[in-house]
This record gives sequence, C-alpha cells and structure tokens, in this order.
Amino acid sequence: MVNYIWVGMMVIGFVVAAINGNMDKVNEAIFTSAKEAVTLSFAMISILVFWLGIMKIAEKGGLLEVLAFLFRPIVKRLFPDIPPDHPALGYILSNMAANLLGLGNAATPMGIKAMEQLKILNGGKNEASRSMITLLAINTSSITLIPTTIIAIRMSYNSQSPTDIVAPTLLATGIATIGAILIDRFYYYRSLQKGGK
Amino acid sequence: MGFVQSFSIWFIPFLIGFILLYGTYKKVPTYETFVEGGKEGFSIAISIIPFLVGMLVAISVFRASGALDFVMVAMRPIFSLFHIPAEVVPLGLMRTISGTGALGMTSDLIATHGPDSFIGRLASTIQGSTDTTFYVLTVYFGAVGIKKMKYALKVGLLADLIGFLASIVAITILF
Repeated sequence: MVNYIWVGMMVIGFVVAAINGNMDKVNEAIFTSAKEAVTLSFAMISILVFWLGIMKIAEKGGLLEVLAFLFRPIVKRLFPDIPPDHPALGYILSNMAANLLGLGNAATPMGIKAMEQLKILNGGKNEASRSMITLLAINTSSITLIPTTIIAIRMSYNSQSPTDIVAPTLLATGIATIGAILIDRFYYYRSLQKGGK
Repeated sequence: MGFVQSFSIWFIPFLIGFILLYGTYKKVPTYETFVEGGKEGFSIAISIIPFLVGMLVAISVFRASGALDFVMVAMRPIFSLFHIPAEVVPLGLMRTISGTGALGMTSDLIATHGPDSFIGRLASTIQGSTDTTFYVLTVYFGAVGIKKMKYALKVGLLADLIGFLASIVAITILF
C-alpha cells in the first residue's frame, strides 16, 4: 500500500503541477525537501546518540526491567506477543512515558530502540510485526499530558489562558489512543482471517 | 503555567540524574556504557536518511503542485455536512503528513482568529492531540529497516481521523 501511496503522491503532484503551471515550484520542492530530509536526519544524530547512551545505562542497571515489571498488567494486554521481562517492554514503556510527558526528542530514540528489539523478536524479518504496529499506533496518536509547543505558541499570541487547552487535548488524545488500539486490533484479527491459514 | 514550564525544565535533569545514580549504585561502568550505547545512535540516524528523503520529497511534490489544496477544497463539502468548521479541515489533513506544515497552519489560525476563539482553541487541540503519522511511520520503520508495513498506515490514518473528530467534540463540549 505504501508503494502505491508514494507513487500516487508524486505522479498526481506532477500532473496537477502541469495543469496549474507551477512545475518550477515542484522542481524546487524536490531538491529542497531532499536536502531537508538529510538535515533532519543529521539533526537527529545528537538526540539519538545522547538518549541511547543514557538508556543503555538504564538498561544495564536493570531499570527497564523494573519499569516493565511495574506496568506488566497493562503492557501484557497491549503487547501479548512479547514475552514478559523482555527488554523491548522496558523501551516501549520509556517511549510511552516520554510521549506522555511531552519529551518528543526522548520518545523517538526509545521508540526506535523498542522497534529494534521487536525486529529481533520477529526473527529479523523486514516485515512489520503485530507488536510493531501496535507501538506505532500508540505513537501516532501520542497521549500527551502537556502539549508544550502549543502552549508556547498560544502564549506568544497573548492568550488569556494558554493552558486551557490541556483538558480538551488530553480528552482528544485519550480517545485517539484508545481508538488507535481498537483499530489496530481490528486489522490484526482481519489479517489473521485473510492470510493466517 | 509557571509550574508546567518549570516541570519540563526540571524533569529531564532529574531523570538523567536518577538513571546515572542508579547505574552507579548497580556498579554499571556508566561512562563506557554511555559511549557504547551512543554509538548506535549514529548508524540509526544514517539508516533513516533514504526513508526520510523518499517520503519528504513525495509529500512536498504533492504540496507544492497544489494537489493538496485541491484535495482540501474537494473535501470541504463532506466536512461541512457534519458541521465541521471549514477553517480546520486543511489543518486536519496537514497534521498527518507534515509536522512543520501543520505547526505553521496552527500558528496562522491562532493569529487570524485569536488564541481564545473557538477556532484558535480547536486548532491548538488538533495540533496537540495527534502526531504526524507519515513521519512516525517513516522514522520508526526506517530506523530498523522495515519495508513491508502491512496495515500500519491504515491504523495510523484512522487514528488521526479519530483524534481530529475527538478534538472538535472536546472543544464543543468543554467551551
């Protein structure tokens, strides 16, 4: 499906640009965005190196197992495929905690690390496993306690109460996360029916 | 607000300090372990590059050509059928494909309608309640070399739609 969407976005883009007569903009967009992608990846190096270093200490000290143990009842239900006490669970929990606290740049390295562990669990295949998609679903709907960026923007536009969107955001993000988990379940069971035999 | 700000400022040093002290207590060679773990960060960032280049180029071609605007205009009647304010429809679409693009739109909506208006609050909630599905998908799967995403994209996109609708409901109920 990704292949079709990817080709679709490009080809439709070229056709629309031909009709609109702004092919020059599209040309420019190709090369600036390619450059932007590389810049973005390089900008991530510092964050990845730092947090993965710190998290390695947490892993070796056994902190991730403690975390996995504490939240075992919840995570066991969300990720039934992962054996208990597996380091992947510790990384998944760290990723969820970082998202919850609005620490986006700490959440990504931990999520990637969790994905790495899940890939090992899945026999190193280049195919997404059930747990990987669940983790992804939770991340795209990212439960947030404090949406710091938005609060900052609201403050800069002289809001009377910049933080009054915290409650609705929490409500919306909570519903989105629960929805994401349910949808994930639905497609998982459907994929079992379709190709499981 | 003061509390919220000082919380995020104090939390990271506290967390790092706790991990370091706990590691020391457990006799982990902390510095060497940090370096060892950090090394992986570099190769992960490099392996994301092709995934991110591919995805960002496609998204920006789609945007720059005007195709995205076309989709937004085309979808407006469907949304107005459900009494969804037309102003936030482009933001809802942008939110799933480009984080920086959505942030720009949110700032714009807040600037035009005022941060404490219905639209201003709604835009803030939409921005804060979901993450950029395409980006998360590209980075997380790209980092570990997952090429077959199976039903992941469908789940992410539907979750975005739920977050978008839930934001409207939440703002309507609470204000």
